[in-house]
Amino acid sequence: MPTVAKDGMRGLAVFISDIRNCKSKEAETKRINKELATRLSMDITKRNTFVNCYSSFYSGTMLTIGHIEAVNLLSSNKYTEKQIGYLFISVLLNDGNDLVNLIIQNIKNDLSSRNPIHVNLALHCIANVGTREMAEAFFNEIPKLLISKEDIDQVKQSAALCMLRLYRAAPDLLPNGDWQNRVVHLLNDSHLGVVTAASSLIHALAEGNPEAYSSAVGFAVNRLSRIVTSTYQDLQDYTYYFVPAPWLSCKLLRLLQLFPPPSEQARLIECLEVILNKAQEPPKSKKIQHSNAKNSVLLEAINLIIHLDNDAVCPLLVRATNQLGQFLNHRETNLRYLALESLAQLAQCDFSREAVKKHLDTVIQALKTERDVSVRQRAVDLLYAMCDRSNAERIVQEMLAYLEAADYSIREEMVLKTAILSEKYATDYNWYVDVILQLIRVAGDYVSEEVWHRVIQVVTNREDIQGYAAKTCFDALQQPACHENMVKVGGYILGEFGNLIAGDQRSAPLIQFQLLQTRFHLCSSTTRSLILSAYIKMINLFPEIKTEIEDVLRSDVLQKNSDIELQQRALEYFKLSAISASNTEMLATVLEEMPPFPERESSILAKLKKKKPAAAKVIESPTNEDKAKSLPVAKMSNDPPIPQAAPQQSSQDLLVDIFATPNTAPAPAAPSADPSYGMTNTAPAAAAPSEPPPLIDSHCQKFFLKNSGVLYEDENLQIGIKMEFRERLGRIQLFYGNKSSSVDISSFKADVGSIEGLNISTHQEAPNTITVGSQFQHIVNAETTKDFALFPILSISGIYGGQHLSLRIALPVYMTKFSATATMDANQFFQRWRGLEKPDQQSQAVFKTTSINREAASGILSSCGLTVLEGVDPNKENHVAAGILHSVTTIGVLLRLEPNAPSSMYRLTIRSSVPAASENICRLLQSHLQ
Amino acid sequence: MIRFILIQNRAGKTRLAKWYMQFDDDEKQKLIEEVHALVTIRDAKHTNFVEFRDYKIIYRRYAGLFFCLCVDVNDNNLKYLEAIHNFVEVLNEYFHNVCELDLVFNFYKVYTVVDETFLAGEIRETSQNKIIRQLQTLSQLE
Repeated sequence: MPTVAKDGMRGLAVFISDIRNCKSKEAETKRINKELATRLSMDITKRNTFVNCYSSFYSGTMLTIGHIEAVNLLSSNKYTEKQIGYLFISVLLNDGNDLVNLIIQNIKNDLSSRNPIHVNLALHCIANVGTREMAEAFFNEIPKLLISKEDIDQVKQSAALCMLRLYRAAPDLLPNGDWQNRVVHLLNDSHLGVVTAASSLIHALAEGNPEAYSSAVGFAVNRLSRIVTSTYQDLQDYTYYFVPAPWLSCKLLRLLQLFPPPSEQARLIECLEVILNKAQEPPKSKKIQHSNAKNSVLLEAINLIIHLDNDAVCPLLVRATNQLGQFLNHRETNLRYLALESLAQLAQCDFSREAVKKHLDTVIQALKTERDVSVRQRAVDLLYAMCDRSNAERIVQEMLAYLEAADYSIREEMVLKTAILSEKYATDYNWYVDVILQLIRVAGDYVSEEVWHRVIQVVTNREDIQGYAAKTCFDALQQPACHENMVKVGGYILGEFGNLIAGDQRSAPLIQFQLLQTRFHLCSSTTRSLILSAYIKMINLFPEIKTEIEDVLRSDVLQKNSDIELQQRALEYFKLSAISASNTEMLATVLEEMPPFPERESSILAKLKKKKPAAAKVIESPTNEDKAKSLPVAKMSNDPPIPQAAPQQSSQDLLVDIFATPNTAPAPAAPSADPSYGMTNTAPAAAAPSEPPPLIDSHCQKFFLKNSGVLYEDENLQIGIKMEFRERLGRIQLFYGNKSSSVDISSFKADVGSIEGLNISTHQEAPNTITVGSQFQHIVNAETTKDFALFPILSISGIYGGQHLSLRIALPVYMTKFSATATMDANQFFQRWRGLEKPDQQSQAVFKTTSINREAASGILSSCGLTVLEGVDPNKENHVAAGILHSVTTIGVLLRLEPNAPSSMYRLTIRSSVPAASENICRLLQSHLQ
Repeated sequence: MIRFILIQNRAGKTRLAKWYMQFDDDEKQKLIEEVHALVTIRDAKHTNFVEFRDYKIIYRRYAGLFFCLCVDVNDNNLKYLEAIHNFVEVLNEYFHNVCELDLVFNFYKVYTVVDETFLAGEIRETSQNKIIRQLQTLSQLE
């Protein structure tokens, strides 16, 4: 029988059993209601009633009756009642519940109680609720409990963690004061429970501000040293299965990882050595708890060693690696898992890298034999981390082999990792091409776009492998089973470089074309579009098969295809081919081989980063050795011919993206979607930076009062603007001038997007090329639909001497530009003024100004489109103005500007029927009148 | 930091849920179900750690009960694994051979044990003797 029944609460036991036995929700509610009725009518002790209510919640039914009862219980002086009251609050109180206000006073009373048990109940409750309201009410009260001399340890422990919870809930409310200096001294406390709790608090505080708490380092090292050198009898209560204070050790080791290595680190290194030594000692107990506790400390110590990562800990890094290596064959799955995880960290330290690599065989074995997928996953991570030029071939081979059997959940990540490793450590790029094609063969569905785009970039940029790539693709396409991604890569490569293998009779032009044609009908429409582009390229490469290709392009299946993309490509390509009969040079220019892609971060890496931020870091920070080795290769790939757009090589990353999708204006030349692919050399524009450039808007101020001027200017490009407005409409003329003496700006694109409240349409497009020394016009029309506060943005992109040009410029189209004159006399003005009396219709600002000048102020008001009304205000010094803003409806705007000459202040009041408009105009005018 | 503690039986009935982060009720229910689905399918040869959303679950099974801690990914796995065991030993001592029914009928006492052991998502006290002594002091007040 459960113990509860014995202490006179039999009714409760029966009640809970009944609820547990209820078959349906209805039956449960019925039972609860019955219980409540009996309890309330019998008026048994408050506690019983409450416990029953709470039990009801426990089984899923919320009862409001409990709330008030709970508050009453809190004020009771009996522990049992108070405890239940607090329990209710802690468990049931949600964010923003009104109940909080009711209980704050009760909690305050308990916090200042002389009974430590009551204080603790209150602290636990605050920590458990842990909302911002709690922080507002109690944050200032708790530090004194934490550092007071009289308070008992129990209270200090709870106070420390209570502080921590409030700090997490509302870091900005952290009380200042002496306690911050004294809190680190708690690490010296004689009660290890207090130290345990305090170290968590200090960790959180120091995380945000390590310098302020750097004094904790000394205390932590001291304490750690005392723990690790003690025997298991010394610490008594805090020894867990013969391990002295394992949790506290972990916390201290973790705390030390927040700080840079201490200047005097001998003592710390000594501690770490002792921990490593103890881990090697024969176990004092066969119990798993003993080994777990010991190893938790060991692993945390290794984390700290990795964090220190300097010459002094070099031997420790190697030792740690060897000790973890022993775990790789341990019969505990947990340990094997954790060893793989830690080794992946150690593989990134220069000192231990070589030692980690010794375990390659064991790790590969783990990949093959582990039963738990998460362990295999860690093995993959470790292989990825320990890979370098010396073992890349083997590791990539093993990963490919494992991929065939790998769990579906980790396949995509494995494909990414294999692709990255094979590219980064390729000495022979033919091998790289082989690996990627094998990836497609083994796990085609998991090969993301980034991966096959990348192989095309690499091939395009490296002349030495183009022939090999074409041949391999050709062979792969001949296989009976062939993944669609293979068709995409094959189609692209043959279209670009098919000529390199055309000499061989087995892969003659016609055979290449027919091979693609056999795959054509089995593919999705994006792949088919890509194949069509390959065909038109083939017309250029192999004039001898022009008729065959034209027959296909002309066929009804394509010319009348329901897929618009295919139809359009077929039509356009056919036309292009026809025109070329008379003008072969044009075809050759349009379909010229793609230029090398500019160097930038691999999109595969970017993708992996998104999936697993930690994993990608491994490869981003190559060891010194790698940096040195990659330089000559970088030079190699920079061999001639270097087209104009060839950008600088970075030694970090040799290869680049083709089809990274930039989110700026220029259209990406993705083969799958953009019909212009293959027609023109738009690739460089496609590789525009994927980050949008910063918005340029500093010029806007000066256009508040005028409508034309220079919008933007740098050493190459000048942009002028001229704006005209009439009611809701505006015409914005933009003038682009190329200031340089020699280089045209090509692939030029300029576009203005609509914003909320302002529709923009293009009247005259900007030209594609801005030739030297000339100026071109671009006209857009604007139309307001409602009031607006933002500026429309002009996005510009282009190529200038091999450099990308990318700009985002705010167009200074203020709402006030769309205002018309409004004349009225004093009567009309004040009548309307009073008509707009609601608080949100008025916007007011009082501000200091440099000088009060009546003419200048009038000038500003009238040039921003308002009509200055003279003789309306009884005070002659005041300005009064009115205007009508045009959008779908007209918005009337009334203004009063009252100067106060002695203090050189202005008071500006704007009233308008649209609250946002008054606010907006008030803000704009203030900045000009100041 | 511990994000939440769950004690569930094999059928997925929650015997204790302690949250150290703000979740709304629907979210809590979803977490409870997901954690249950995640840990019950794992066998004894598997690790006691499993990735879960942006966190990880450290769990241990005692007879029909799963004790699960949801912690941050970079937290020390073994530290929390043994924290679970330490907590279970305290329960065992306090209830004299704890069983699932003890947790059901004495839920309010279990919450007190939790608060003595863990607070604000951190380990508060690790000494079993100290916790038991404190719990006994409190029991005498009842």
